[in-house]
Amino acid sequence: MSTTAASTKPVDPSVKVVTDATCTFCGCVCDDIDISVKDNHIIEAKRACVMGKAWFLNHHADDRPSCLIEGKPASVAEGVERAARILTEARYPIIYGLSDTTSEAQRVAVHIGDLIAGTVDTTTSVCHGPSGMAFQSAGEVTCTLGEIANRGDLIIFWGGNPAENHPRHFTKYSLMPKGMFLPNGRKDRTAVAIDVRNTKTAKAMDLFFQVKPRSDFECLWTLRALAKGIDLDPAVVKKDTGIELARWQDLMARMKACKFGVILFGMGLTMTRGKHLNSEALLSLARDMNAFTRFVVKPMRGHGNVTGADNVVTWSTGYPFGVNMSRGYPRFNPGEYTTSDTLARNEADAAMIIASDPMANFSQPARERLASIPYIALDPKDTPTTRAATVAFTTATYGINTAGTVYRMDDVPIFLRPAFESPHPSDFDVLTAIKHRVMELTNQQ
Amino acid sequence: MYDPLHGVDGQVRDIWIRDGRIVDAPSDPAVRPDKVLDAAGLVVMPGGVDMHCHIAGPKVNAARKMRPEEKRKAEHIMRTSKTRSGTMGSTPSTFATGYKYAGMGYTTAFDAATPPLAARHVHEELEDTPCIDKGFFVLMGNNHYIMRSIQRKEPERLKTFIAWLLGAAKGYAPKLVNPGGVEVWKQLPSGNVHGLDENVEHYDVTPRQIIEATARGANELKLPHPVHIHANNLGMPGNWATTLETMKTLGDTRGHLTHIQFHSYGGGVGDQDTFNSKVVELAEYVNTHPNLTIDVGQVLFGKTTSMTGDGPLGYYLSNIYHTKWFSADVEMEAGCGIAPIEYRDKSLVHSLQWAIGLEWYLLVKDPWRVAMSTDHPNGGSFLAYPQIIQLLMDRTFREEAIKQVHPAVRERSTLAELTREYTLYEICIITRSGPAKILGLANKGHLGPGADADITIYMPNDDKRVMFEMPRFVIKDGRVIVEQGEIREVTTGKLLHVAPGYDTSIETDIAEWFEKYYSVRFRNYPVSDDYLHDHEIIGCG
Repeated sequence: MSTTAASTKPVDPSVKVVTDATCTFCGCVCDDIDISVKDNHIIEAKRACVMGKAWFLNHHADDRPSCLIEGKPASVAEGVERAARILTEARYPIIYGLSDTTSEAQRVAVHIGDLIAGTVDTTTSVCHGPSGMAFQSAGEVTCTLGEIANRGDLIIFWGGNPAENHPRHFTKYSLMPKGMFLPNGRKDRTAVAIDVRNTKTAKAMDLFFQVKPRSDFECLWTLRALAKGIDLDPAVVKKDTGIELARWQDLMARMKACKFGVILFGMGLTMTRGKHLNSEALLSLARDMNAFTRFVVKPMRGHGNVTGADNVVTWSTGYPFGVNMSRGYPRFNPGEYTTSDTLARNEADAAMIIASDPMANFSQPARERLASIPYIALDPKDTPTTRAATVAFTTATYGINTAGTVYRMDDVPIFLRPAFESPHPSDFDVLTAIKHRVMELTNQQ
Repeated sequence: MYDPLHGVDGQVRDIWIRDGRIVDAPSDPAVRPDKVLDAAGLVVMPGGVDMHCHIAGPKVNAARKMRPEEKRKAEHIMRTSKTRSGTMGSTPSTFATGYKYAGMGYTTAFDAATPPLAARHVHEELEDTPCIDKGFFVLMGNNHYIMRSIQRKEPERLKTFIAWLLGAAKGYAPKLVNPGGVEVWKQLPSGNVHGLDENVEHYDVTPRQIIEATARGANELKLPHPVHIHANNLGMPGNWATTLETMKTLGDTRGHLTHIQFHSYGGGVGDQDTFNSKVVELAEYVNTHPNLTIDVGQVLFGKTTSMTGDGPLGYYLSNIYHTKWFSADVEMEAGCGIAPIEYRDKSLVHSLQWAIGLEWYLLVKDPWRVAMSTDHPNGGSFLAYPQIIQLLMDRTFREEAIKQVHPAVRERSTLAELTREYTLYEICIITRSGPAKILGLANKGHLGPGADADITIYMPNDDKRVMFEMPRFVIKDGRVIVEQGEIREVTTGKLLHVAPGYDTSIETDIAEWFEKYYSVRFRNYPVSDDYLHDHEIIGCG
């Protein structure tokens, strides 16, 4: 049997095993991975999902120099000097990214933003930013993933595809686990998907609502109306949502009858027609349902530490993303201070991009602006953004090479156990050096 | 100089400081200090100690996220060459929080409700809260392992678990919030418990059992601050009976009842017409039971944010006031509720809440057992402390204030009849010496040799609000960090936590439980010493 084989396998003394390591690839932040390391290569990542395995097994420290200035190798010290000068000489410097690094590094980045009277924004502005705005108008009724595992008996996935984007979400948290109040695991749960596409997630459900594209807002308000007992015209509902009223009524009956309902939502909701109004309708629906039973809602966050970025920026400045400090104190205005906008409007005149790749995924005007201004990039990998950077630092990979704190999608902080050292400095080290040099140049403490 | 722990009541004295501590005056008269701060004519007190506030962690940060509308018009915290920028509103950003406490002469503050699972988050925020020393209380009143230990009649296991959890989180004290009620909230629509003997399903325990067992275990551990209790039925008319029962349940074990103002209401359930103060009855019990201490949770008029580990309370408040609402149910079992709130002086209920808080200060005879708090930001901001001091020290001012509020305050509370005026000596007790003693902080709240050199120096003023709003100097660990309201030097401050000893063999059982029910690996949970910024272990026993 395989178990016997495993136990009798001779132990290779050159293999180091790190148990309970954390995968920072997605917002699930699974912290139960056993990593085997040989000659600074990860040869096994036990319990990791297909994405996590790719994250760990394909990891290799780039043999690029730790610093490139205008594409030419340079010392880290030279890069720090140039970076500090770019940031302090700019009139509208922006700092962006932050969602794939430790909160320790995020804290330093926000501090630099303060020192240079800059603008700090994170990838939240292009993923769950609308949820953040909806949060500000409606609030949020939520819970941790462990509470879903222990209590959630009706799980609705809305506009997301965890089967492919958060592969262990089902088994660890939302669908399969035997929880305290759900001793039979999957059998004790009803699972529902609401999406425009018939995804792999949809196939794992008990019920699937393939709704009309761009109709999330109407679907959510249909449910809100049904929750309040308001009569609806079946023809209008069918026309607006693509789904028979009777099916919505059946869903609402289940929602009212469950003990602990959960709606997990993705960017299919937040980044389609309606955006923050969709998120707000969903947060409101979850709240409404608490008049009948317990109901919670949770955004499915993508990047490993985007939740940490939200938290760090909030506790430092009072606002979660899109924060401008040019007047000497923080101001918040999505659309005005968010990075795709400050670039596309040709306002930003210098940038520091941390662990993010806007040159690959921003709009053409934003990319053109970024390419035309001096900017600094920190990334473990060679990317379109690092390639066009004035100063590019190759940094150690968080979770694999560096310790630090990461916030799971449910705001639970987890400390990383690195597997081996990188030849490159960490984001934290580079940012700290830049911060000190900025302080010297600007005569601040 | 005011140093109530040593009976010093406004006498002129010298204070000698070395290496951040207060020391005896050198016996050799030839010894000269390196630096002299002339405080002649000024009022010298230990640094203020806030024993109950909400300043760090997921709940506070959720409130910051949820309420941008408060910030643009609030005071702007500008970046200076020494300090970080920030925002105010009812939940200031972390840096602003540190500067504002220090600017007001407070040098120590304790966050009152940390979910165990979020301990690291709280540590990160506290490190970013400069100038003050700080610590936090760990939510335990709805913890399943604790309830199971009670169900199985395993008091030793319960006690050991408390020790393990405080050590693992690097927390300071066990906190009970609506014991049992938050678990029922997770199980049932609008669920809650309404009295000490209601059953909590699944574990078949009662709030009374949770209070009794936790208080006993924590006292046996000889924790510096054994148990900090947010009683059941917060805010409900008629809840004074529950509060009295909670006090009785403690017997003669040490226990602290927090924001007691919110727990001192007479009247029928849901019937505002009979809402009234029951402070006289409750204070009488406190006065005759020296094992009990309280902080007030004073309400001030204006807009603020209600935030609590009491999940069902958040729902209740957001429904009453039709506000946005944040709620979070957390494994390692705790809850959270947040809702904006405005206390209006024309409201009967709010006016009575205001009066009931003041009655508590004035009716507890021993100032060492009543600490000043607003339950920041629940009753109002910590920045309102000078206003409360003025209300307590100046009877004429208080009588004028009573005229401004709902007239029913005169019939439904005794406030208008109370003539007591606090002295500076007593103010010093309820704002620093008392809370330090209640917390078991031997080096805080006094000016004797061995104390941390945390000192606040005020300009005397008949207007006590003005006097206490802007100290002349604030000294932290022997260094002048604030002069006339301006930050002169930024220190990080240190984390204060406990490290009670326990039989580590329990960890096998906790680990098994943890892996079965929680979504973080047991090994990854405990916070190690090297995760902390400057810290100090406060001893047990």
